[in-house]
Amino acid sequence: MTVTQFVIASAVLFSIGVYGVLVRRSAVMVLMSVELILNSVNINLVAFGALHDNIAGEVFALFVITVAAAEVGVGLALVLLIFRNRKNINIHEVDLMKG
Amino acid sequence: MTATIFAAAETSTEAAHQATGWFLDNIWILPLMPALSFFAILFLGKKMRCRGSDPGLLTTGLALAFSIAAGIQWLGSVGEGGTLPVVGEWKWYSAAGFDLSVGTLVDGLTIAMIFVVSLVSFLVHVYSTDYVKGDRRYTHYFAFLSLFTASMLLLVISNSTIQMIVAWELVGVCSFSLISHWWEDKSNSGAGLKAMLTNRVGDIGLLIGVAILFFAAGGTFSVLEINSLALSGGISHLVLLVAACALLAAVASKSGQFPLYTWLPDAMAGPTPVSALIHAATMVVAGVFLVARLYGVFFEGFAIAGSSINLLALIGAATTIFGATLAFAQTDIKRVLAYSTISQLGYMVMALGVGAWTAAIFHLFTHAFFKACLFLGSGSVSHAAGGTFDMRKMGGLKQHMPHTYKTFLIASLALAGVAPLAGFWSKDEILAGTGGWGIFGGTGGNGAYTLMIVMGLITTALTAAYMTRCVYMTFHGDYRGEGHPHESGKRIVVPLWVLAGLATVAGLVNLPKGFQLVPKSWTERFGHFIEPHGVTYFPKIEHATPSWTLGIFSIIVAGAGISLTVLYIKRKQQIAERTSQSKLASVGYNILVNKYYLDHLYSGIITKTVRGPLAAGVNRFDKTVIDGVVNAAGKTSVAAGNIIYNQIDQKIVDGLVNATAIQTEEAGEELRKIQTGKVQHYGSIMFASAIVFTLLIIIFI
Amino acid sequence: MVAQNIAFGVMVGIMGLSAIRVVTTRNVVHAALYLMVVLATVAGLFLLLGAEFLGITQVLIYIGAVIVLFLFGIMLTGARIGKEKLLSHRNKVPALMIATVITAVSIYAAIDYFGADKLPEETRTSTKEVANSLFSQYIIPFEVASVLLLAALIGAIVIARREPHEENLTK
Repeated sequence: MTVTQFVIASAVLFSIGVYGVLVRRSAVMVLMSVELILNSVNINLVAFGALHDNIAGEVFALFVITVAAAEVGVGLALVLLIFRNRKNINIHEVDLMKG
Repeated sequence: MTATIFAAAETSTEAAHQATGWFLDNIWILPLMPALSFFAILFLGKKMRCRGSDPGLLTTGLALAFSIAAGIQWLGSVGEGGTLPVVGEWKWYSAAGFDLSVGTLVDGLTIAMIFVVSLVSFLVHVYSTDYVKGDRRYTHYFAFLSLFTASMLLLVISNSTIQMIVAWELVGVCSFSLISHWWEDKSNSGAGLKAMLTNRVGDIGLLIGVAILFFAAGGTFSVLEINSLALSGGISHLVLLVAACALLAAVASKSGQFPLYTWLPDAMAGPTPVSALIHAATMVVAGVFLVARLYGVFFEGFAIAGSSINLLALIGAATTIFGATLAFAQTDIKRVLAYSTISQLGYMVMALGVGAWTAAIFHLFTHAFFKACLFLGSGSVSHAAGGTFDMRKMGGLKQHMPHTYKTFLIASLALAGVAPLAGFWSKDEILAGTGGWGIFGGTGGNGAYTLMIVMGLITTALTAAYMTRCVYMTFHGDYRGEGHPHESGKRIVVPLWVLAGLATVAGLVNLPKGFQLVPKSWTERFGHFIEPHGVTYFPKIEHATPSWTLGIFSIIVAGAGISLTVLYIKRKQQIAERTSQSKLASVGYNILVNKYYLDHLYSGIITKTVRGPLAAGVNRFDKTVIDGVVNAAGKTSVAAGNIIYNQIDQKIVDGLVNATAIQTEEAGEELRKIQTGKVQHYGSIMFASAIVFTLLIIIFI
Repeated sequence: MVAQNIAFGVMVGIMGLSAIRVVTTRNVVHAALYLMVVLATVAGLFLLLGAEFLGITQVLIYIGAVIVLFLFGIMLTGARIGKEKLLSHRNKVPALMIATVITAVSIYAAIDYFGADKLPEETRTSTKEVANSLFSQYIIPFEVASVLLLAALIGAIVIARREPHEENLTK
């Protein structure tokens, strides 16, 4: 196994996640795509950790999982709030920040 | 214990010895008590019968007792050869080879500060139980008073800069929430916000300064180590200068120095006891304390010794004149006192800037008493006059509230610098410390700050004048408000008398060196016990010996300020009475008016022939020369005050602030076009630019 | 080695296809289930790299908790169970371009920098090592993470809680 193949796998996953973040209308789907991105990062961290025989990669992947869990919790709470106020979760319509 | 490395390197016959004592070693209990009280009031306050005031009273009372006990132990351990501070240190945590510790540092400065803080805090607690009685946020108020006391005590016993930042921010939070105590009124919450935001500007300076010192001193936050290194040349002068300038921003915002003083007058929106405790006596001197605590850094950074001008002294001198002139243009009694506070803080900063460290701390010490007294007095007056602070709606309160009047008068005279009250001694010591001797012929001092002594003397006259105006408008003349004024209750009057008493005698603890009327061992007691000596963390500063000429001259200046104002006010009143054809003769007539009576008396009883040329001549002299001088002096100071307030404060200082806002707005107007508000547009731009930058990195690196 | 490479190929294949289905499917529930497959294959990749503890954590936390959370989110936001027409925007081209460029640049960079660098034969790290590292060198991030979780917990409750006056509105 080479490290390149893991990095490429991670790059593909990352790009698919980015695509999802950019095209999905539903906020829940955007959050799922963000999970794809975070997982691709984890693959990279662990692969490089294995390459350099360093435990830090694995530890930081753990932290990423922690942060991702927190992110999903708060993110879904926000989506619920949006849904309650607007009766849909189409993030294209949430544009109060328009300048 | 790291204290051993600060052993004396000074030329003293006797070696410095280590101060010891149970209270000094366990000083950490001091902030803990009000902190516990804060939580007790916060969680249980509303259920208590006293609704939360008793824990605050009890713990600040205990803190006062603790401070006095610690003070006695300190006085007992000060030796001739110098005294090493008591340092307590505990490791907080260590990570990646760096130990972060918390600790306490007790030296003379700490002792003086804890005494001032706990005393004023205790008196304000007593006063508040009456003053905010029945307030809708009574419990909340006392909780924050406790938290403030705890944070301030924590600040003054800190031995590391990081701990000082924590306490510094905590006092800022308390200040914010107490200024906007009555937040239902928009202007009050606005004032709180203004204080908070202005202080944030300075806090950035504080963070930068502390970070610079941390790295320059080789990775330590310890105040003692930083000072020692700065003084022994372990840190380069340029680094010290930058650090000192950054810290100066923090000092300017917290201690209301030019140009960041604008929040302090607005801060008077809070309850009056808070103004007394936080915005006059304790919190606003935190900046002065910071300079005093890190004096090694400032002393070397600004090259105070042997110089004749530096930024610190200049800012202090500018502030002191600014504050004093602005106080003239105010009609709100608390705003007069607020500008006066700014002016006096300027005095302290100027004193530190010219190297008169002891004089600055001494002035801080005496100022706390008489300014707290003035503020509490103004609160008492406002209670009597139906809740207003407008001096135009007061007047004649002398008869109705004799205790408030007497204490207010004593404190005003102390502030004006009338001998032998407290303000005279501390103010004169600052003037002496400037070393800008000129014709006064004293000796000593660290440099030749002639500009500073001139500014200081002008301020003395102005201070005397505006305080006279303030006292006159409030207590003399006729009552112009509504309702029936009455004297306040015991819980308000007793703290006033305690503070007035201290304002009278506090000056005697530091009689100047060379004062011949008392034995030599009675002079400079404050300096002896408070100023660190025989240690390496404090610079060796020169003490000035003032001359009689200077003392007498400054009394004359203050006296001239008072009498000119009195004359001006009475003249104005006489003119007013004449135009209104009033027959009220006795109240507003002045010395010069009595002269007329005298003339008439002479002319009626003794002889009618004397009348004529002599009387007419006297009369004309009186009308033209004396009136002219008095009116001119009065009008000029009011006009100067108004001009500075309207032109400089309102236009230039506020104008600069507004210009920044306008620039930002215009930039925003341009940039809004790319803000579509759609998250995924932003996302596209973000990912696209990220990949462009990645490409650039791949190609060029 | 061959076995490992075959396993890798299979897993990455499943992962890629499922991931594409996550971002293209018109059924929200299916998307969540496909996401579960992706997360499981990522856990498999972790095992392949010798990170046992991380693989198990991935299964427990992601598949066990996060997916359930997503399903709850889908349920509570009133999504249709079944096909939905407007789950994506119409103009997918810019997004597709950005995603393609990112893939291309990343793959180029990976090959350019790492070429055929072989991973060590033995990459297994025991749970003990992870724990030792986590509780000594990385103790502060660990504590901070616990504070973060607490903040997220409270934050999520506060944000999603129905205020009393809102309840009146819905009635």
